Amino acid sequence: MSGSGKLGVNQVINVMRRELSGYFSTPVAWVFIVIFLVMSGVFTFYIGSFYERGMADLAPFFQFHPWLYLFLVPAIAMRLWAEERRAGTIELLLTLPLTTAQVVLGKFLAAWLFIGLALLLTFPIWLTVNYLGNPDNGIIAAGYIGSWLMAGGFLAIGSCMSALTRNQVVAFILSIVVCFAFLLSGLPMVMNVFTEWAPQSLLDAIADFSFLSHFAAISKGVIDIRDLVYFSLVITFWLLANTIVLEIKKAD
Amino acid sequence: MSELKIEARVLSKNFGNIVAVDCLSFEVGSGEVLGFLGPNGAGKSTTMKMLTGFLAPSGGTASINGHDIISDSLAARRIIGYLPEGAPSYGEMTVRNFLEFIARVRGFSGGEARRKAAAAIDRLNLDRVPEQPIETLSKGFKRRVGLAQAILHDPQVLVLDEPTDGLDPNQKHEVRRLIREMSSEKIIVISTHLLEEVHALCNRAMIISDGRLLVDDTPAGLIDRSRYHNAVTLVVEHPERVASILSEIPQARKVELREGELTVFPAGGARLFEVISDAVKEHGWAVSELRLEAGRLDEVFRQVTQGAIGK
Repeated sequence: MSGSGKLGVNQVINVMRRELSGYFSTPVAWVFIVIFLVMSGVFTFYIGSFYERGMADLAPFFQFHPWLYLFLVPAIAMRLWAEERRAGTIELLLTLPLTTAQVVLGKFLAAWLFIGLALLLTFPIWLTVNYLGNPDNGIIAAGYIGSWLMAGGFLAIGSCMSALTRNQVVAFILSIVVCFAFLLSGLPMVMNVFTEWAPQSLLDAIADFSFLSHFAAISKGVIDIRDLVYFSLVITFWLLANTIVLEIKKAD
Repeated sequence: MSELKIEARVLSKNFGNIVAVDCLSFEVGSGEVLGFLGPNGAGKSTTMKMLTGFLAPSGGTASINGHDIISDSLAARRIIGYLPEGAPSYGEMTVRNFLEFIARVRGFSGGEARRKAAAAIDRLNLDRVPEQPIETLSKGFKRRVGLAQAILHDPQVLVLDEPTDGLDPNQKHEVRRLIREMSSEKIIVISTHLLEEVHALCNRAMIISDGRLLVDDTPAGLIDRSRYHNAVTLVVEHPERVASILSEIPQARKVELREGELTVFPAGGARLFEVISDAVKEHGWAVSELRLEAGRLDEVFRQVTQGAIGK
């Protein structure tokens, strides 16, 4: 199929641009950004004890991001396909000369850039630590990159779940469940299920699936190529699954 | 561009156990305006969804200008303009932004995309509303936006699923005028359950029921199939008495009295009208209306589709 090359990239960008403009012509975008900023502030200052710790870093800010994303990213992702189905525009979109992969990628990138924008708007907290002390800005940058990558993983899962069902609430709950499993797969409460019987290699593999451990590694300022590869693989896998699900269920 | 042609070969679609389209084969050529006619759920939309690449056929295939809809779907989709049922569009976008998006996806860039969108706005008389969000428009305008989107790249093949459904008579008239204007040099396939639409727009009609092709004919040919074809209807005083006299005429096969209207059906190819007007003069009946029936499409439609269910 002639979806590759320059034309293919152009088509992805066309889809992405339309999606992004869609976010900002409805209140969804502003509501999401405001809630994201307020919640990350609440977590950082009240639960994370940002001031009381007396340390000039953003660890209390980043440490709650996985939990914030667990609910907010599925909220963004649930409408990706369910909304197209509800409005019937999926039929329009998929009968244009676009491949399913181009549409999936374009929609994903738009949502990911949008979350990236929300993340960038937390910059006052970065200004605050720099005003209060001398933080390691390299670590902070790594934290932002890791946080954005993790959001991409959640988003790819959510996008795939949204393609599975035309019901947004079902899509929302399904994505939370799958995201939760990915989030916790390295923690004892999940590992205990397997430790009794599973071989060590499987245990390592499961533990390695955890968003938390990979995110923790990056947000400590260590950008390991394996962590980057991990998130890229998670995103690729779920977007591929999304494409396949859509091919099968697009008319449902 | 050598041959412009849609060719469907034993095109079939099942949803589970339900057969939506059952081995449909047909060819459509340039300049033809083909109307898919059928009751709701007959498989008209499903056929169109397969032709436009939205649904994969369960069996058989079709080609648009030689581009197979399965193996060469993108190329087939490039030469089709499609108005899905209900004319879906992105409600939050303005008419202009929406059409420019379509233009870019159709391969026009920058200024060219803007010109194509502007031309489509012009063509469908959307110039009063180009900066309005589509969701704020009336149904007629939304339908026009859908048509604008479908014709924007001047496609060789236009597939329109119920293009006038839910529009008021003026809007219907206007949409039909637009379709007629575009019909030369193109293939247009429209689906409808409105019989008058076939009459007004199409030069070929296919009646589909339960996914099967029952009749493939011109609208005039369809009407000829009506038992009303060349029948004579009159409104007259004392219709019972007139009916009994008329039923004695050798050229009359049958006389029916319904709601004060007396309809005389011809035997074979008899020319009834002259015979009956002579009879009127002869007996001096008080006739308030006398007309030659062309044939009734709705009656043919019922006869064909219900006959199929009976089989």
